[in-house]
Amino acid sequence: MTRIAVTGDDAVAEAAKSVNPDVVAAYPITPQTIIVERFADFVADGEVDTEFVTVESEHSAMSACVGASSAGARVFTSSASAGLMLMYEIIFVAASSRTPIVMAIANRAISGPINIHGELTDQMLFRDSGWVSMFSEDNQEAHDQTIMAFKIGEHPNVLLPVGVGLDGFIISHAIEGIEPVSREVTQKFLGGERKAALKLDTTKPLSIGLLHLQDYYMEARAQVRDAHERSRKVILEVFNEWEKLTGRKYKPVESYKMDDAEYAFLTMGSTAGNARTAVDDLRAKGEKVGLIKIRVYRPFFGDDVTELCKNLKGLITIERSHNFGGPGGILSSDIKSALFNKRLSPLLAEYTIGLGGRDTLIKDYYSIYNRSKEAFNTGKSLPLFWWGVRE
Amino acid sequence: MTKEIVDIRLHGRGGQGVMTSSYLIAEAALLEDKYVHAFPSFGPERSGAPIAAFARVSDERFYMKTEVYEPDIVVVQDPTLLGQVNVAAGLKEGGIIIVNTDDPNSEGVSNLRNSRPDANFATIDATKIAAEEIGIKQTNTAILGALVKLTDEKIIKLDSIRRAIKERFKHKGFDKNIKAVERSYDEVKY
Repeated sequence: MTRIAVTGDDAVAEAAKSVNPDVVAAYPITPQTIIVERFADFVADGEVDTEFVTVESEHSAMSACVGASSAGARVFTSSASAGLMLMYEIIFVAASSRTPIVMAIANRAISGPINIHGELTDQMLFRDSGWVSMFSEDNQEAHDQTIMAFKIGEHPNVLLPVGVGLDGFIISHAIEGIEPVSREVTQKFLGGERKAALKLDTTKPLSIGLLHLQDYYMEARAQVRDAHERSRKVILEVFNEWEKLTGRKYKPVESYKMDDAEYAFLTMGSTAGNARTAVDDLRAKGEKVGLIKIRVYRPFFGDDVTELCKNLKGLITIERSHNFGGPGGILSSDIKSALFNKRLSPLLAEYTIGLGGRDTLIKDYYSIYNRSKEAFNTGKSLPLFWWGVRE
Repeated sequence: MTKEIVDIRLHGRGGQGVMTSSYLIAEAALLEDKYVHAFPSFGPERSGAPIAAFARVSDERFYMKTEVYEPDIVVVQDPTLLGQVNVAAGLKEGGIIIVNTDDPNSEGVSNLRNSRPDANFATIDATKIAAEEIGIKQTNTAILGALVKLTDEKIIKLDSIRRAIKERFKHKGFDKNIKAVERSYDEVKY
């Protein structure tokens, strides 16, 4: 198929265009994304039938999305960084209201200090909100996952909002070639319009988002928990269907050159591309190293990770996200929990890299590998280390 | 097992369309079914501030997603950067430097040329070409003809650039921009 040159933002906008959602609500906070700018062009040019709701803040944007989705609409939006922070309250409401909104997030650092560059922390912070959350390595993945997100979220066994991350700038503003999926293919894949079993409908009145106190709050939350568990199967089914349709294979946890690997990088998002490049180079030098890529972050497919780790001498986690005072990084803490659940304890070296858009070069991956392997060879793990920080 | 990737770094000032140059290179290369990754440097976006943009091009699929630190080709769209920005930083041995200037013998250009005697050095008055052909001193297309010529059309063909410009500027004067590229191709001095 012919590939077209698009930025990551355009790749997502084109995906949303093929979906032709009923409603898009967005606010141009800094930093928004070019995704909704481009989508506004599609609306103005009559290329989609979408009602584009311009609102007065990101909090209102997500609120409008919840309202529209509660009325049975297929809803899309995008945000990043500070905008996402302002949505935070309603992000949780979206999940508990079981509104299958799809949001693309051009992952950017959080203020302060003020910064708008690439980092995944913004999206990782809503890991406990009830959203299905996944990340992209490149423009094609951002495009494909935007479409798949609707099918996952709207599945009657799921009914959860889905966030699709693409690293700010290094994907969102970078041009790559992608094979776009046509409107016809997308519509067939989604099975036509959204079919909402429950929706706000004046002919069949019902209420959504009511007060649940001591009597029912836990049950309502448990329903989100159960929907998350059920989403695992749906995610796998949707990925399989996508592969049959496009030939592009997606898995919640992916591996590269792991068959005989003694060591592995584990990462998420665009950094997987650099880690993959480093793996190729290190392999050429005889190093038995592979890559584990986390695509779906919530729900977390821990067993898939541990299966890949069971024969490793050492695991190197590299995350473009950060926390303070935790038992490791945000991602590496999850990895450690998954390993513990399986009573696995490979030697581990944890790294935080590339915050606020700082570049991490391929040669940095060599250095990270050598530093980690050296420790592993003496039977030691290495605690979380912020790579490249000037002390 | 390093793949054959051509790394291009473009220097200019905010507002000169440096990002568009990098995008056009990528769009043209993609028309030849190559693999590309092109993006601007991510500094504050201020008109007039020195900025850079990058384009990676390869016949094979590649996965690297870093900025370009060891370019094969450096393109300088604004000669006033010389002496302010080390445009040749990291340039590979025998790499290509293309400078937009109306005075190839100026101190800045001479210093750059002398600092890298190994480089394949070229100059082009892209500003003049742009002014004459397009009517504005926007060199983001005019500079590309020189790039195509200096690389013997091996990275991107002249016709691919024409097609990429036609697509990108379909509503606004693509023919003038194509003419500027063609003149740059013919007039580059090396």
